[in-house]
Amino acid sequence: MAHQTMGDYQTLNTLETFSFLPKFSQDEIYAQINYIIAQGWTPAIEHEHPSNAFDHYWTMWKLPFFGEQNLNRVVEELEACRRSYPDHHVRLTGYDSYTQSQGSCFVVFEAR
Amino acid sequence: MSKAYEAGVKEYRDKYWTPDYVPLDTDLLACFKCTGQPGVPREEVAAAVAAESSTGTWSTVWSELLTDLEFYKGRAYRIEDVPGDSESFYAFIAYPIDLFEEGSVVNVLTSLVGNVFGFKALKHLRLEDIRFPIAYIKTCGGPPAGISLERDRLAKYGRPMLGATIKPKLGLSAKNYGRAVYECLRGGLDMTKDDENVNSQPFMRWRDRFEFVGEAIQKAEQETGERKGHYLNVTAATPEEMYKRAEFAKEVGSPIIMHDFLTGGFTANTGLANWCRENGMLLHIHRAMHAVIDRHPKHGIHFRVLAKCLRLSGGDHLHTGTVVGKLEGDRQSTLGFVDQLRESFVPEDRSRGVFFDQDWGSLPGVMAVASGGIHVWHMPALVTIFGDDSMLQFGGGTQGHPWGNAAGAAANRVALEASVKARNEGRQIEKEAKDILTEAAKNSPELAIAMETWKEIKFEFETVDKLDVA
Repeated sequence: MAHQTMGDYQTLNTLETFSFLPKFSQDEIYAQINYIIAQGWTPAIEHEHPSNAFDHYWTMWKLPFFGEQNLNRVVEELEACRRSYPDHHVRLTGYDSYTQSQGSCFVVFEAR
Repeated sequence: MSKAYEAGVKEYRDKYWTPDYVPLDTDLLACFKCTGQPGVPREEVAAAVAAESSTGTWSTVWSELLTDLEFYKGRAYRIEDVPGDSESFYAFIAYPIDLFEEGSVVNVLTSLVGNVFGFKALKHLRLEDIRFPIAYIKTCGGPPAGISLERDRLAKYGRPMLGATIKPKLGLSAKNYGRAVYECLRGGLDMTKDDENVNSQPFMRWRDRFEFVGEAIQKAEQETGERKGHYLNVTAATPEEMYKRAEFAKEVGSPIIMHDFLTGGFTANTGLANWCRENGMLLHIHRAMHAVIDRHPKHGIHFRVLAKCLRLSGGDHLHTGTVVGKLEGDRQSTLGFVDQLRESFVPEDRSRGVFFDQDWGSLPGVMAVASGGIHVWHMPALVTIFGDDSMLQFGGGTQGHPWGNAAGAAANRVALEASVKARNEGRQIEKEAKDILTEAAKNSPELAIAMETWKEIKFEFETVDKLDVA
């Protein structure tokens, strides 16, 4: 390691889970949606302007999609939310009613 | 008809060995691993343990007849062989619930692991497990917040949380210590931790540490946009001092404080858990001294019992060992008590060292903390073993990074997220660890360097305390 060049680590402004990975491809997003559905969790979409991203509550897009099993339906809703709020972050939650918590939550689209 | 008083010494088994007894749902049940002195029959040993840990004493006394000891006595109701061990056996004992004060694990332990452990007829004695009846559990406060509420407060979902114990553990000034905290948090850790030895020593008094750490948390939150914390250790010489420190931790804006539940004691711990509940603070629990009590396979208290007692006494995080790191811990046994911390019902499972069904009712769950000698290469295994409801703590594995704490933190965060992502995609992440990490390191020079730094380090020694299997 002696010849290793010392690097400078720049602080990142991040959005919690998965924000340290490169932006997900379409297939990678689909895989995470499928995981949420397979766990029996309820997909739900929220959006918020970056200036309020630290808040606990983001605005809900419609209601959580209770009982939704269809990947494409979830993708359509994500796209619709992004079209309506292009300057907002859009995140997907997998709501787990057993733990009354979110089994998964990550930002799918960052604000433009 | 009332009984006549007969002075003298009786065999314990006349009264306390009751093989026909069917335990009540309200009974507190215990399993002891007993190793008697040569020549003492098993039934007599088991009965002696039941007697000495409940109502009995060595000689009959007249005042016994003023009460109904049949109602209050503990009963040895079953004896089992220990697989692969001809010297020892398991004794199962049922205690009536009224033997114990409500909401007091202190009282339960004072009976169950009191004088009986020094009893001469025993060579060794180990408390392997306790089944707490739901009626008793309902009298205990339990975790101040619990897993779900902690996630909601900190907005951490769908992955284990990441932490680090600040090093060197002793000797830093308060300002330098706060620097180390800030660097870890800005790099991507969720929380950092006081070392258990850090209380309020001459080189860094507690108030100064709390102030600098408070600023470190706030600055890291502002810059990263994520919620952060640092477990401020409030373990102190007296309860009064402990509460004073807890109040100040809240004042400087930390969401969490920390306590050592065995050296501090269960009385202090239960009181502090109550304080946390009333003040909206999380409570991280360290377990210094546990190995003194739980490591010998034939004597002492198994950690699963201490873990159960902690869940009742109160704590939101508890150290459980890592399985893969530098400290003792068998995988199945660890999973056995991790279940006791987090689940609402845990069925009997001897392959995990669980001797009883345990219903936890509505008591919140405790996060399992894996800490000690772990680094990025362990990440996929840790995610597999501990799942999402855990706190993975990399001390040296963060701060030993060649570029420093922030880069070390980022390396861990990338490794964690890559592991969780791959798991969700259905990959076998323990087997594919190398591929997953190598792939992730392509986009993270911090991770690439961490992998290079720790590629040789393994901790492979035989576990001293193994599960009893033939």
